[in-house]
Amino acid sequence: MDLNIIKQLQRDQLAHMLESDPGKKDLVIDPCFTKLLDRIAGVTFLKQHGVDKIFKLDPTQKSLGGSEMRIYFVRPTISTMRLISNHINSERFDDTQRNYKIVMVPRRLHVCERVLESEGVYGSIVIDEFNLDLVTLDTDLLSLELPDFLKSFYLDGDHTWLHTIATSIVHLENLYGCIPNVYCIGKGAKMTFDMMNILSEQSRADAVEKEENLKNGHLFIIDRDIDYVTPLCTPVTYEALLDEIFGIDCGIIDLSDPINNTQGGKLLLTSENEIFQSIRNRHFSNVFEFISSKAKELKTIHNKKDDLKSVKDMKNFVSNDLQKLKQQQKTLAQHIGACETIMKSKTKANFEEHTQIEHSILQGIDSRGSITYIEECLHKQINWLSVLRLICLLSLTEDGILPKDYKNLRTQFLHSHGFELMTSLFNLKKMGIFTEQEIPQSAKSLGKMASITKRSQFKTISKRLNLVPKSPENVNLRIPDDMAYVFNGAYSPLTCKLVDVILSRDSLVNLEDTFKMLPGGVYHERTISSTPKPTGSYTKQTRPEDQIVLVYFLGGCTFSEITALRFLARSKGYKITIATTAIVTGNSFLDSVMERKPI
Amino acid sequence: MATADWNPLGDVYYRNVELYQMEWNGLIDLNHFMIAAAPYGGPVVLMKDEKKAGRVVTNVKPVISVYNAAGKLLSQHRWNSGTVVHLGWSNTEELLCIQDNGVILVYDIALNFKRTFGMGTEAKDVKILDWKIFSSFQGTGIAVMTTSFRIYIVNNVDDPRVRKLAEVPDLNSVPSSWTILNLDRQCRALVAKNSQLFLIDQGGQYEEQFPKLSSPVTAFIEMAVSFNNKMLSLFTDTGVIWIGSSDLKEVHCEFNTKAARRPQQLSWYVIFKHLYKLYSLYIPKPIVRYNFDSFVYLVQEEDGLRIIGNEVHQFLQKVPNVTEQIFKIGSMEPGAMLYEASKEFSRRSQKADEYIRMIKDKLDVAVDQCILAAGHEFEPSKQKSLLRAASFGKCFLTEYRPEAFVDMCQMLRVLNQVRQYSVGIPLTYTQLGHLSVPVLIDRLVLRKLFCLAIRICHYLKIPDAEGASRILAHWACYKVQQKHEDEEQLARAISQKLIDAPGVSFSEIASQALEQGRKQLAIKLLDYESKASEQVPLLLKMDQNNAALSKAVDSGDTDLVYTVLLTMKEKISNMGEFFMAIRQMPVAYSLYIQYCRQQNPKVVEDLYYQEDNFLAEGNCKVIRSFSEDIFEDRVRKLEAAINCYQKAKMEFAAKQTEDQIKLLKLQRKLEDETNKPYLDLSIQDTMYRLTQNGNHKLAEQIRKDFKVPDKRFWLMRMSALAESGDWMELEKFSKTKKPPVGMEAFVNICMKYNNRSEAMKYLSRVLPDQKVQALLNIGNAKEAADAAFEMRSEEGLGLVLTKAINSNNKQLVESVKDMMNRVNTKK
Repeated sequence: MDLNIIKQLQRDQLAHMLESDPGKKDLVIDPCFTKLLDRIAGVTFLKQHGVDKIFKLDPTQKSLGGSEMRIYFVRPTISTMRLISNHINSERFDDTQRNYKIVMVPRRLHVCERVLESEGVYGSIVIDEFNLDLVTLDTDLLSLELPDFLKSFYLDGDHTWLHTIATSIVHLENLYGCIPNVYCIGKGAKMTFDMMNILSEQSRADAVEKEENLKNGHLFIIDRDIDYVTPLCTPVTYEALLDEIFGIDCGIIDLSDPINNTQGGKLLLTSENEIFQSIRNRHFSNVFEFISSKAKELKTIHNKKDDLKSVKDMKNFVSNDLQKLKQQQKTLAQHIGACETIMKSKTKANFEEHTQIEHSILQGIDSRGSITYIEECLHKQINWLSVLRLICLLSLTEDGILPKDYKNLRTQFLHSHGFELMTSLFNLKKMGIFTEQEIPQSAKSLGKMASITKRSQFKTISKRLNLVPKSPENVNLRIPDDMAYVFNGAYSPLTCKLVDVILSRDSLVNLEDTFKMLPGGVYHERTISSTPKPTGSYTKQTRPEDQIVLVYFLGGCTFSEITALRFLARSKGYKITIATTAIVTGNSFLDSVMERKPI
Repeated sequence: MATADWNPLGDVYYRNVELYQMEWNGLIDLNHFMIAAAPYGGPVVLMKDEKKAGRVVTNVKPVISVYNAAGKLLSQHRWNSGTVVHLGWSNTEELLCIQDNGVILVYDIALNFKRTFGMGTEAKDVKILDWKIFSSFQGTGIAVMTTSFRIYIVNNVDDPRVRKLAEVPDLNSVPSSWTILNLDRQCRALVAKNSQLFLIDQGGQYEEQFPKLSSPVTAFIEMAVSFNNKMLSLFTDTGVIWIGSSDLKEVHCEFNTKAARRPQQLSWYVIFKHLYKLYSLYIPKPIVRYNFDSFVYLVQEEDGLRIIGNEVHQFLQKVPNVTEQIFKIGSMEPGAMLYEASKEFSRRSQKADEYIRMIKDKLDVAVDQCILAAGHEFEPSKQKSLLRAASFGKCFLTEYRPEAFVDMCQMLRVLNQVRQYSVGIPLTYTQLGHLSVPVLIDRLVLRKLFCLAIRICHYLKIPDAEGASRILAHWACYKVQQKHEDEEQLARAISQKLIDAPGVSFSEIASQALEQGRKQLAIKLLDYESKASEQVPLLLKMDQNNAALSKAVDSGDTDLVYTVLLTMKEKISNMGEFFMAIRQMPVAYSLYIQYCRQQNPKVVEDLYYQEDNFLAEGNCKVIRSFSEDIFEDRVRKLEAAINCYQKAKMEFAAKQTEDQIKLLKLQRKLEDETNKPYLDLSIQDTMYRLTQNGNHKLAEQIRKDFKVPDKRFWLMRMSALAESGDWMELEKFSKTKKPPVGMEAFVNICMKYNNRSEAMKYLSRVLPDQKVQALLNIGNAKEAADAAFEMRSEEGLGLVLTKAINSNNKQLVESVKDMMNRVNTKK
């Protein structure tokens, strides 16, 4: 799948939208789109198509200046609509003559129109929609950049964005052909798939049959709520660490460290950057080694200038190598700086001990020790998100925390970080991330499983799918031989493992028991009859498209998972494209479901 | 003879083809009627004109009748409005009736009233004098001249916006003639004030025009514009006709008809004259005269002129080039030879071969000519013979693409069908090319000829979604208007026909039914609609709230759900009732909560209260308390929240909230006393700040009040003291009895603030098993190594070793390694 087509289409669409109104216009952009628009178009592109000034939508501003035409490029939310209405009303009060247009992304919502109506501005604006769904972030990575989805869907039960997701898949199918094998893992996934069926005009079975060149063999739609463990684990691969520490926004990273004023600047992280491509998926312990060898290599090339014999050689060197060399040197320097910052923050956060505890939680051993460690962290006022991550991990792996500890941990947590977080803890409870272990009496009435086997859901799944390698030391971190390398060899992300297992068997046979344990279960639809297997022969006939896979994460995925899927693709010869509602880190994941952020 | 009805006119020929023997023959005398016929073989409308009939004006309203081009009555209707002065047709075959007060009434072909619009107040007040219906760039336009000689114009009858044209200077009598010119995408009027010509536009500008005329003129009394708006003809009071381009810059010809009377109709280069009861038609340059024995009405077409009379309907056209090439006497064109060959062939004459030989090289041209000529014929027999010739010629060609032939056969079949008397659309092949097949089908639908339309669609293999489905939908819309039919039966009949047709919008049909007041039928029909987004708004319109809600929820489109919810909220004034209605739909319910949370948080609380969800209610209250600015309000909110939590049996939350109130009050008091910010700090932070400020007593108090564990308190106090550099107090603190933390913690906290000497103080009191680590933390690796060695701790030595390697202290590495060996050997 050449994902650049998507980008090109979006550029055209954007140009069309801008040009549909003649003359100069100002663009007011929802802050969440700034980076995104940068990736699609860039400022020069916007200016070429008649954009005069570009503003960021800022809730504190009461009105704006600018030219006679203004376009708001926003997500359709009630609060944004109110903000815009305020702008218009106050500017109208000042007798400013101006045309307004509100472009809702990805589609216009009736609720928003109602809000505009009740604010009394509906008559003086033009409403349009811009169908921006999946954005190409890399050659194998698409994102909706919709971090709100997690909270609105899994916590508040708001299905609004499901429609957007289903539409985005239908769009992909329109571009790259219908996908014959669909696996829905989780409840939301199934709902998405059902909606896709409503949205696609003809039945999918017909579409697949008619399709001449199937570009995709398999589609996985994976709900985040089947696996909250993975995003909470501490990453150890380079790209994931960069995201964790600096934050990667739409593939753009800002390396400058405001505290230390270190050198940095913005850097675009895609596979087009050769150096980054070779280190992004590495275990962090390997990164520096590569960088230093690369630096040496550069130096030798640089030294070539001393051996230049003729003027012609010199000219060649200057025009070809030098430019590239400089660029590479700059990139290298940036990565070295980034590595240093990562190292620093690792030592500061007591990284070793932290990961050690995390591993024992994943392995399900010494939960007492883990709780003691967590308490100590609370006492020491360690960063609240990282403590909360451990607490949630513990709760998730143990099917909840024992009532006594549960109460204690919550009290201690609030004592340390303030009462304001209490309602957020309820949110976590509602989502089943931080819960109280059920006391046996009620467990009996609920089901036999819990009382017969004391083992937790997570442990059972983990054992069945072999998520936690028996001896983490044996996992080669240098030349990865197991998916678990993305977490120091201690754990393979469940989501990726599921993809691996299902793909390698090409069916759900013998896995039903395991899948039963996932909330929402797994649903498989095969719209094309598989090639009949010749009896007695072991070789399975594979069509080329069988190797091409699209994995769609609902509720976001981490770079660790992306790295793991890339590993899977490399080791088994698949071509995997990853789509997600947003790319999250453990911190941003928890933060997004918080009720009110502590100051 | 094929050329019998041809009239030579210079080097071109004209022919007059009879299209129909009018069905109204004997019933109607056109002379007494106001008449208008639409182009492209459109319908004819007649209305009795009292003035023409010469009778006394009565109060009886006239009857208005629509006929097809063959004179078959389509519909009739007694006029019930004001005085009609003119009738006309729009390009979508809507009947436009212009009244003397400038009001235009629009009817469809079946004379159902569609809409009305006026031409402005002036027209209304002073009445109109003259009018023009013309085709503009946007559709069909209307221009009227008021009795005060001002011209008002509407460019598109579908979107009537009246514009006033500039005034002609010093115009104080009726202009001798005027017309609308369509130039450069703008409609302007050309007005003749006797011999002066003015071009006036909508921008208030006027321009005098000076066409080149050889003879002097006293007045232009008639003008006509050609079908494509490129040519103009002017008729003067001296009988001179001037023909030129419509911008009046080029002259094509000038010619004296020697008839000084004003023609009744001036059509593009055809003059119709009333002369001694002899009706004659001139085609100028040099003149061709057709005579009629009664009044005829002329309809300008793209490629000719339709002449509608009392008895016959004729089509006058310039003989098309190919037709001329083939049929002209003595023509040696390949097409003509092929036609001859084919005729000879059917007579089994060997001459056929001779003819074919003669045109051997140009056979493909010949075939093309025959095919094209067939298209221009009206008689099926002529069409057949030409096509037969083409097909005969094709046999001799090896690489001839058959599409043209097949297309022509298909088109002719369609044309012959619609030319039937019962249909009465006398389209020519050229006109069809311009009109396009989809439009033709629309016109058939307008005439309710659904079956024929569908057959044509199937015959031309038009995809169902574009062709048949659309027609069926129209059919269904028509069907629901027939009130006498049983609803149940009707719904079934419609669904049976339409269910398999792709792309049919049932909601459209349903809304048609609703318009007719057939609600039950509409609901039944809506059930078949597959698109929820179409279904839901209509259901709402019909007050089917619950059905709309469930359909919206099923569709998964939350926007639709919101649409329903908000509409319902407006309709149902009783909130309780509304809540009850949406409670059944969890999806809708949670969506509504989402909406309220942003619009009106208080409503959310009420909702939770209603369903006894006290925990959620409490949470809402707590969250709302955060945004309260006034302290007392905030506490009150929290107190209310406690109440909720208690009801929900959430002791933990209740306790925490209670504690929070206690803390807030304490903080408030502190702020008042110390004038330092305390509000909104966590318990830990409050104690920390108190300790830093030296208020140890109060910190102790908090510890007791909120049951802070010892360990936490110690760690808090240590780091607070160390941060504020109160080393004295720290040391004092360390000596209080039974510290719950080891002394190494003191060492660490000192080192955190780089106070090595203070750290040393606690070193002696560090328990032996922590000593190595503590020494390392201080940075005294050597002693750490010794200590580890003393304790024979391999682990300890290992720690030192890694530290030594990391700091690149080679000497130490050696000695530690040595120590390790010794420890090992001693074991």
